[in-house]
Amino acid sequence: MAHINLPDGVPGILGPMSISPETSKPLLELAEVLLRGPNTLTSAEREMIATYVSSQNDCCFCQLSHGASAAEHLGGNYKLIDQLKENFQTAPVSDKLKALLTIAGKVQKGGKHVTAEDVERARKLGATDKELHDTVLIAAAFCMFNRYVDGLATWQPEDPAAYREMGKRLATQGYVAVGSQRPAAAIAK
Amino acid sequence: MPHIRLPEGIPGILGPMAFSPATAKPINELAEVLLRGPNSLSRGEREMIATHVSSENDCYFCQTVHGAVAAHHLGGNETLIQEMKRNFETSGISDKMKALLAIAGKVQKGGKHVTAQDVERARQKGATDKEIHDAVLIAAMFCMCNRYVDGLATWAPADPEMYRQNGKRLAQEGYIHSTDHLPVNTGD
Repeated sequence: MAHINLPDGVPGILGPMSISPETSKPLLELAEVLLRGPNTLTSAEREMIATYVSSQNDCCFCQLSHGASAAEHLGGNYKLIDQLKENFQTAPVSDKLKALLTIAGKVQKGGKHVTAEDVERARKLGATDKELHDTVLIAAAFCMFNRYVDGLATWQPEDPAAYREMGKRLATQGYVAVGSQRPAAAIAK
Repeated sequence: MPHIRLPEGIPGILGPMAFSPATAKPINELAEVLLRGPNSLSRGEREMIATHVSSENDCYFCQTVHGAVAAHHLGGNETLIQEMKRNFETSGISDKMKALLAIAGKVQKGGKHVTAQDVERARQKGATDKEIHDAVLIAAMFCMCNRYVDGLATWAPADPEMYRQNGKRLAQEGYIHSTDHLPVNTGD
């Protein structure tokens, strides 16, 4: 049961967002620009960073919804997302993304865990300053979102299939659009 | 030295914000509404939550800036902020704030660390749903900001007076225009 009064049947972050619209607005804008704004990292790659950090933080709702969004950006490749979460070093993703995921994993533990060597490795594989910045900020932002979702003990469906529709909407319409829909419309129960 | 090229002499979170204004905007808007918007928790109380979490995350820049903002909101009471950081349970703050700081400290470790008992304690001391929601979100937000600041190895000045001045400016003027004075990033 959630720690505060939240609308019934509204999953994950959508519950708290529905009762706090003034904080939802900047949160959704941050997600929109970070995960879908113009970038040399694809949206799929950025959603993969979000999914990986959320899985490291053991946040069910976040890893499944962003995993679905990542998969839908890749034409429905859910298998890749499972491989990524299982062990990204052996998943079929680019070496540059592996280096960025390593950095994201360090940020998840704490900012000071990121070393100059981690950054150098990513640079050698082609990462730019912006890609490094965005990786750190996506990882940091998901350390916020995961804590928001779990810190209020929100209701989170566990069946991955429940997240496919949400993943499709996020991949095609984005965060500001989905966030402004009525909560019950955003995910099939 | 920061992990990416940031404008020189610009401290803490301001360097990355100058580098990336498109993400700075929603972060500043979130700070403005969470820490300064209309609320039954005072601005000083909300900045104390931010300071406590930043100190638990060992983020020097964030705890010192927000500690200065909190102190300014409390009429310059830096001693209370120091006591709060050292041990909030024995500091001179309200029982409700102690309960909310306990929740914030749990969020800092991870969302699932917050228990029904933690929440019940806060409710018994008068915390409302909104106050609990905001305590959790402030704590979560600072887990983001602390990682952003330290994850890029930004520069944190040592001069306490600089933080006092920045704290006063933020307390008086808020977050929305706090980065207007920064150099414009002309891109890679």
